[in-house]
Amino acid sequence: MTDTPASAVPAKEPLVVVSSSPHAHSGASIRRIMLDVILALTPAMVAACWFFRWNAVRLTVACVISCVVAEFVARKSMKRDATVRDLSAVVTGILLAFNLPPALPTWMAVVGSVFAIVVAKQLFGGIGYNPFNPALMGRVLLLVSFPVHMTTWSTWNIPSPAAGVDAVTTATPLGLLKTTLDSTGSIPFAFDGATAWQFLLGARNGCIGEVSGLALLIGGIYLLTRRCIYWQVPVMFIATVGVFATVLQLVDPAHNVSPCFHILSGGVMLGAWFMATDMVTSPVTKSGMAIFGIGCGILTVLIRKWGGYPEGVSFAILIMNSITPLINKATRPRVFGHAIEARK
Amino acid sequence: MTQILKPVRKALGGIHPAYHKELARDSAVRELTVPKSLRVSMAQHLGAPAKANVKKGDAVLRGQKIGDAAGFISSPVHAPTSGKVADVAEDITAAGTRAQAVVIEPDGQDQWSPSLPPAMKWEEADSAALITRVAESGIAGMGGAGFPTHVKLSPPKGKTIDTLIINGAECEPFLTADFRLMVEQAGRVWTGCRIIRKILNARTLRVAIEDNKPEAIAAMEKAMGNTEGDTAIVVLPTSYPQGAEKQQIFAITGREVPSGGLPMDVSAVVENVGTAAAICDAVVHGYPLVERVTTVTGKPVVQPGNIRARLGTSFADLVAACGGTRGVVAKVIAGGPMMGLAQFGMEVCTTKTTSGLLLVPPSDVSVFESSPCISCGRCVDACPMRLMPCDLSQMLEAEDYLGAEAMNVLDCIECGCCAYCCPAHRPLVQHMRSGKSRAMLRRKQQQAEKKA
Repeated sequence: MTDTPASAVPAKEPLVVVSSSPHAHSGASIRRIMLDVILALTPAMVAACWFFRWNAVRLTVACVISCVVAEFVARKSMKRDATVRDLSAVVTGILLAFNLPPALPTWMAVVGSVFAIVVAKQLFGGIGYNPFNPALMGRVLLLVSFPVHMTTWSTWNIPSPAAGVDAVTTATPLGLLKTTLDSTGSIPFAFDGATAWQFLLGARNGCIGEVSGLALLIGGIYLLTRRCIYWQVPVMFIATVGVFATVLQLVDPAHNVSPCFHILSGGVMLGAWFMATDMVTSPVTKSGMAIFGIGCGILTVLIRKWGGYPEGVSFAILIMNSITPLINKATRPRVFGHAIEARK
Repeated sequence: MTQILKPVRKALGGIHPAYHKELARDSAVRELTVPKSLRVSMAQHLGAPAKANVKKGDAVLRGQKIGDAAGFISSPVHAPTSGKVADVAEDITAAGTRAQAVVIEPDGQDQWSPSLPPAMKWEEADSAALITRVAESGIAGMGGAGFPTHVKLSPPKGKTIDTLIINGAECEPFLTADFRLMVEQAGRVWTGCRIIRKILNARTLRVAIEDNKPEAIAAMEKAMGNTEGDTAIVVLPTSYPQGAEKQQIFAITGREVPSGGLPMDVSAVVENVGTAAAICDAVVHGYPLVERVTTVTGKPVVQPGNIRARLGTSFADLVAACGGTRGVVAKVIAGGPMMGLAQFGMEVCTTKTTSGLLLVPPSDVSVFESSPCISCGRCVDACPMRLMPCDLSQMLEAEDYLGAEAMNVLDCIECGCCAYCCPAHRPLVQHMRSGKSRAMLRRKQQQAEKKA
């Protein structure tokens, strides 16, 4: 027993907690948001497994495990508190896997995951401090490091303009469009209603998680109803792609495909609902979110039409990520009661 | 019939917390017998605390003035019952500060002072006389802020008031005192409304009630009967902080109170329904403010309810009047969960601003670790002042007080919506409070330097 003065002995009454208001909380948490994102990605995961079988499972498991391990090791070695429980590394892993072609070697997926978590996220300070979407940083690193593997796709039956004859390709719809337009100056396939349905369901070449627009849409609507995302980013993103593509097609119908094709091919649906809506790297104001979405849409079509790559969603989102702080500053709302004159 | 209107503007931001009003809303107001001891604080209002004019050993009568107003922005304090002054000593207030309090040992007679002011015929009285009566009766804003009412009712020369809003929104979760008052005493509230309107000569009168209180709307409608002039009940959609002064004026009139300004800057005055009832008592009967209705609620309270208690009744006595507690009480809050003040215990006493007493069980008190902002934008969406709490909080964490002041931290009304909805559990409104006090301090220092 130490010698404690009587005045220092706490009273017999049970102690109460004293804190500054509010004394209530909505119950929202980062973990719950991430869990919702994972749930929202489930339909796309099912579609990925349906179309790419073993490869979808292999890549997703590899990315998730390496992201989580990388997060754990990075936090530990930087002597920071563990953040694995917030599930953000799991989300990054799934999103990165969804952005990879099905035949990519596992070790490359691991390299991309470690880069995404360690360089793009933890070196900046971890969740909340990363200026760029980690999963997209991982994907772009792989794209510039292993361009051949990152553009090797499975086979896909091209809907042919010549009735009844289907051709087989190992390119994505966007890749095929770009190479054919560059070499022959004509559009390689007909994009009719039946093909649009096929695209919507996901029977096309592409990264494992991006093919089924319908599955992604279901997930996106779930996120909207759970209030994990605001409609401004995805709707303005997709609408801008649609409007821009419509204008291009009206101006030059021989060399431009329909807006529907633009929206349902490549990564627009995955990007608009799950990548551009990443809270950390997108604006906080609603008008800022709309501007962000419009910017992503314009850049996507610009890169697809005039850029060196057939697909531009990743770069579009990363470029917009870089100006997010500026958008936040520019769209700061007028504070209530400011720029208002007192009455007499 | 009384007109029922919708608000002209949608509320900005705001949240929809769990209201838990069902705990106490159906319990009629009960009169609490005078407890064994009353500690009547001299700091029951905003502004300078009153100065006690009695000393130990003095005999006091109910309604006798025991504290004089110390200046214009101050209010007198009256004895809530008859008895003997046991002590005049420093006491702790609900805000955690210390102020003088008169401790009264009731004699059980509860005898009114013979020197109460006479009843007034308010229809015939002039504004100045009515304002004097309000000031002399010690009436201060009973919604929670406690601003001396006579100051609000005396707009400076050059300011005209065209709109009077009577605030019956009671948007704080758990609290039902204003609701019960409207349901049971609508007539008193309505008389108070008309007196205030007469004082201000306001053309428009609006009684604001949230749509989760249909019984209160019906009761007020009945009491108001066939109204004259531009008078109506405005049914506000239920959301927090719909009862905040600036937000309510905006919803009802579409006018924005300028930054740093007062409601009178947009020709409006907002008074709480409890204040209106107190004004009715003071003018019509000559009774000074010595009691109020307060909600005693929370899961640990055995019989949550609404109590008419004498000012100076300790929180412990209030809880005892509601059957005491069951289980462990982990938090004691004066007011509601959104803006109420956590207490160190139950020894603090009821004042003119005690709108409720909320006890919280351990299961509802959780300790959070806050994590970095993930820029989700929920706080920006919820802020009724259209501030950016996420950015301000990070600036204040980095001790950039000037930056936060430039980003209008002083406009924060401390409603707590931002902290309520933050998924990273960041203490957003708490950061803003520290930023506000820093900014105020800096302004004070600047003024002092200018004078020197």
